[in-house]
Amino acid sequence: MFRRGSQFLSRASTMRWRRPFSTDLPAEASKDSNFVESWRKAIPTVEPPSTPSAFMATRPATPSSIPSKLTVNFVLPYSSELSGKEVDMVIIPATTGQMGVLPGHVSTIAELKPGILSVHEGNDVSKYFVSGGFAYVHANSFADIIAVEAVPLDHINPNLVQKGLADFTQKLSTASTDVEKAEAQIGVDVHSALNAALTG
Amino acid sequence: MAMAALRREGRRFATPLISPNPANVFRSSLIPSEEPVLSGVRCISTQVVRNRMKSVKNIQKITKAMKMVAASKLRAIQTRAENSRGLWQPFTALLGDTPSIDVKKNVIVTISADKGLCGGINSTSVKISRAMHKLNSGPDKENKYVILGEKAKAQLVRDSKKDIELVMTELQKNPLNYTQVSVMADDILKNVEFDALRIVYNKFQSVVSFLPTVSTVLSPEVVEREAESGGKLGDLDLYEIEGAETKAEVLQNLTEFQFSCMMYNAVLENATSEQGARMSAMDSSSRNAGDMLDRLTLTYNRTRQASITTELIEIISGASALEG
Repeated sequence: MFRRGSQFLSRASTMRWRRPFSTDLPAEASKDSNFVESWRKAIPTVEPPSTPSAFMATRPATPSSIPSKLTVNFVLPYSSELSGKEVDMVIIPATTGQMGVLPGHVSTIAELKPGILSVHEGNDVSKYFVSGGFAYVHANSFADIIAVEAVPLDHINPNLVQKGLADFTQKLSTASTDVEKAEAQIGVDVHSALNAALTG
Repeated sequence: MAMAALRREGRRFATPLISPNPANVFRSSLIPSEEPVLSGVRCISTQVVRNRMKSVKNIQKITKAMKMVAASKLRAIQTRAENSRGLWQPFTALLGDTPSIDVKKNVIVTISADKGLCGGINSTSVKISRAMHKLNSGPDKENKYVILGEKAKAQLVRDSKKDIELVMTELQKNPLNYTQVSVMADDILKNVEFDALRIVYNKFQSVVSFLPTVSTVLSPEVVEREAESGGKLGDLDLYEIEGAETKAEVLQNLTEFQFSCMMYNAVLENATSEQGARMSAMDSSSRNAGDMLDRLTLTYNRTRQASITTELIEIISGASALEG
């Protein structure tokens, strides 16, 4: 018991951890019981339905020291590219600029723009071109990246990118309605991001 | 067409099977009465049984074919559903799972199939939706339905027509993809006012079992309010937000994206459950048809044998009368 005393003291002194005593319990447990109870009271004949948290592995609580690795989940609608993979660093194309995420990063919600997502694992670097989405960095050194579409960078044909860029630039100059203009602008943005990713 | 044929045949069989003493009634319905058989009209009873055997055999063929179709569709859609399971988890990790949240405008998104003959999945989602409606009803609260699929519409139109806000059908005409679902989600977000969206669907577990599930998506205003008041989403205030100028704008994008991702997974899970349920329903009905065919064959053979025996006895007794 006293072995852990020093830990609590150090936590209290830094005041970084807002709920030092609740870390042992998964946070989800209390929420669900509330729902199930009120359900049973109102509709005793039907079993209460499941909720998404029942199908999810519980995330670990924030550790007291910064872990050496970052756990990354990178998901797309049609697959989970990385799930629970431990890496050294990821660089995320946020709308505010490239954002490097290391273990112990402050918790953040970031919107993504078309650009390169790179995952650094030792000396290996895998690069993806993502079309946009969201990224969350949690306090427990978990990073969730959700993109609508992503391809490994070496699957992209540079010639087609140049052609697409030229096409959309021309479309942007000839566009008459607002909708056409917006569509062409999106095309130009994506292709110039692709171009920058390939050349840079 | 196949379904109409099934229904017609089903009706023909329903009457003798429902009676308390099936064996007797079944026989008497096949052989209208003992009198005609004895008075020499023997072929008519075997004719009726033969016809019925033929139709049972046809039903069996149809149900077997439907089972095969469901099995092949299931295999295709199951992998897609399983691949999409990673998609909603980050949102639940960030925004939490809040089925018990108490808000004014509830919108229940009921996901069901367009076609029947798939066991209880449609009535399950309707039942859960009604229960959600009841659970969240109260003074100055609003509950609306958004319905996906023909079958839930048919059931909910009967008693809660005034609460139905939006109906969408024929979702599965083309194979489901994210673009299509996000357009649909956008449609719902534009046309319906809500504080909380509750998506009711059947989560696929195995071919024979599915779990009715409710996912909750909150509106950006509610998320912000909860985060500020330090309720269930209190942790959200600790996050730094990068992106658009204001926090509200990012939250708006975030919840819309969350809804489309949740919907995509829900629609796929429900479609997978539908195919699984249809497969097992069709499997049991073809087995039933096989059993019925066995019983009918037995009856048919017995009747035939009886008539042959009667004829023989008549001939023999006639001959012996002549001899004697």
